[in-house]
Amino acid sequence: MQKIGFPVETFKDLGQRKNRLAIFESLLEIRFTEEMIADNYKDQKMRTAVHLGTGQEAVAVGVCTNLMKGDAVFSHHRSHNHFLASGGSVFELVAELYGSKNGCSKGRGGSVHLNHRNKVFFVSTAILGQSIPLAVGSALSFAMEKSGQVAVAFFGDATWEEGVIYESLNFAAIHSLPVLFVCENNKYSTESPLSVRRAENSEFTQRAISFGVDAIKGNGNDVYEVFNLVSEIFSKMRKNPKPYLIELDTYRWREHVGPNFDHEAGRTFRSKVELEEWQKNDPIVAIKNYLIEKDSFSETELKSIEGNILSEINSEFKRAQNSPKPDKESIFENSGEF
Amino acid sequence: MRILTYAQAISEALVIGMRENPKVFITGIGVDYPVGVFGTTREAFDEFGRSRVFDSPSMENALTGICIGASAMGMRPVLVHHRNDFMFLAFDQMINLAAKWRYMYGGNAGQVPVVVRGIIGRGWGQGATHSQSLQSPIAHFPGISVVMPAMPADAKGLIISALKSPSPVVILEHRTLFDIKGEVPEGYYETPIGQANILRVGSDISLVCTSYMVIEAMRAAEFLSKFGISVEVVDLRSIRPLDEKTIINSVIKTGRLVVADTSWVQYGVASEIAALVAEKAFNYLKAPVTRIGLPDSPTPSAKVLEDVFYPSANTLQQAITKTLGRKDVIAQISSEIDNFKGPY
Repeated sequence: MQKIGFPVETFKDLGQRKNRLAIFESLLEIRFTEEMIADNYKDQKMRTAVHLGTGQEAVAVGVCTNLMKGDAVFSHHRSHNHFLASGGSVFELVAELYGSKNGCSKGRGGSVHLNHRNKVFFVSTAILGQSIPLAVGSALSFAMEKSGQVAVAFFGDATWEEGVIYESLNFAAIHSLPVLFVCENNKYSTESPLSVRRAENSEFTQRAISFGVDAIKGNGNDVYEVFNLVSEIFSKMRKNPKPYLIELDTYRWREHVGPNFDHEAGRTFRSKVELEEWQKNDPIVAIKNYLIEKDSFSETELKSIEGNILSEINSEFKRAQNSPKPDKESIFENSGEF
Repeated sequence: MRILTYAQAISEALVIGMRENPKVFITGIGVDYPVGVFGTTREAFDEFGRSRVFDSPSMENALTGICIGASAMGMRPVLVHHRNDFMFLAFDQMINLAAKWRYMYGGNAGQVPVVVRGIIGRGWGQGATHSQSLQSPIAHFPGISVVMPAMPADAKGLIISALKSPSPVVILEHRTLFDIKGEVPEGYYETPIGQANILRVGSDISLVCTSYMVIEAMRAAEFLSKFGISVEVVDLRSIRPLDEKTIINSVIKTGRLVVADTSWVQYGVASEIAALVAEKAFNYLKAPVTRIGLPDSPTPSAKVLEDVFYPSANTLQQAITKTLGRKDVIAQISSEIDNFKGPY
């Protein structure tokens, strides 16, 4: 499997057939990994709260395939997608979930505190909105050094309920910082729908615009649309630093935290019918159809690609499951004040 | 040696730190005002300009996160709060993130060496929300250093050390110290974080103090020397990491301990040190330990109430003579003339 995400400096546009295929492969890598986590979670061996991103892959891949070495991505509790899309390895993610010392955070972070050595995916954090100013601070550093690098803050729609986002938008606008705020609007905060969390006449993009941050909406389930939007924003931002915000509509298939579907768990806040509507709008199926219809890949070719990715993830998963746990004596490693 | 005020010493440390490392910048509300945070950031602004010393909107939480993000990229931010009470707004970033960063990413995401200066207010009606001392809540959490310089030379040396430290460091500066004068060495030097300093050697009792209480302690020790009482004054300087060795050795020598902190006693630094001595030097104690801190109420605003609220050199003197069973010392230490003109 051609590992995409980081580094993808060669990935200038979607004009090439092989790039469109690489996007498909990245989506599949995430989907298969998340679904394998869901399947194995029931064994009670991954003792960490997982917030699965199944259904939201196009946002991560569309944004992260535009990254270059030196850029910095910050994410939130539902961060596996962003980790993998920006070059994180399946093994290091899954090993972290199994509490292995070979996990990306050596078994000290768990699902919600990821980081990747390539330093493009910098960190994910677990308190709502906490990582947004980190992206702004990275962008401040890039602007002070005039480096042309960009920072990305991924966050969900519920983060608009935290004060920190307004402080961050304001500062980024005042200092013209090269930071892209990516709002993944999946409509629900745990079980609370947007209707109880936002007044009817209020728009997220308008809030950003009122702070002086250019903002647009897009279809978060259309990976090519996301890619093109971000590609255009980044090329402007690298030349002329300033913040932008994109709000991408999408939908998480599984429960807020854990491996189940809400209807399986007996929750009624969203219906099975609603889920199935969104599943018809599966970002991966859409790209697969595109590759068959427009890029004349055969069904068989794509099936074989899928099979290869699945078997590779399967073996990374096994390797992570068998990876050693931290030594008990290492509990104080990296603690202390110096 | 040269005499500087505490504020001048801080100012000099920042300028030296910024010359030393081009990645150091200073931000916070009003850091580029002509008054420059009681004179401590003015020289830095004059020398380095607004690109490295810049004002911020009132946004304590996100600004702390921004400094953490910048430090993760290799910058060396200095964040200034005119009152350390404002840090409560930033506790998510400071406690939930900066203090844990190195540990919870397994050391793979580097370090976030932000330097946060917070000023402790006192008097002139500062009241309940502008006069607290946050050393104990911050130092409770592993992963973040807390220092409280009392002497001008240490204010300079600890800031220079903080700008070299791989960990986040909180520096708590007592506003009442800003005009205090002392000998300050020229040029670059570091005061090690995590080392207490014996300011006055004594043999009858150990008086372990933080921040402004060190000044009151020195007055009490000087006064008591006239009565033949030899007080050892230990200026704690660092709250975390704590210099257990210096404290324990002093108590082993004197057998008696009074601890004085600028904050409340319950769950505070004074209690921590009393507990430490009870655990590690119990058999050397000749008398019970006394903890001195603020009375158990929020800080009042009216002058008459402020006057009874704050412990003073006399409070320390009484605690010491009681511990020593000396009933003959009945004289009082004259209070310093209050010639301060407001606002604060």
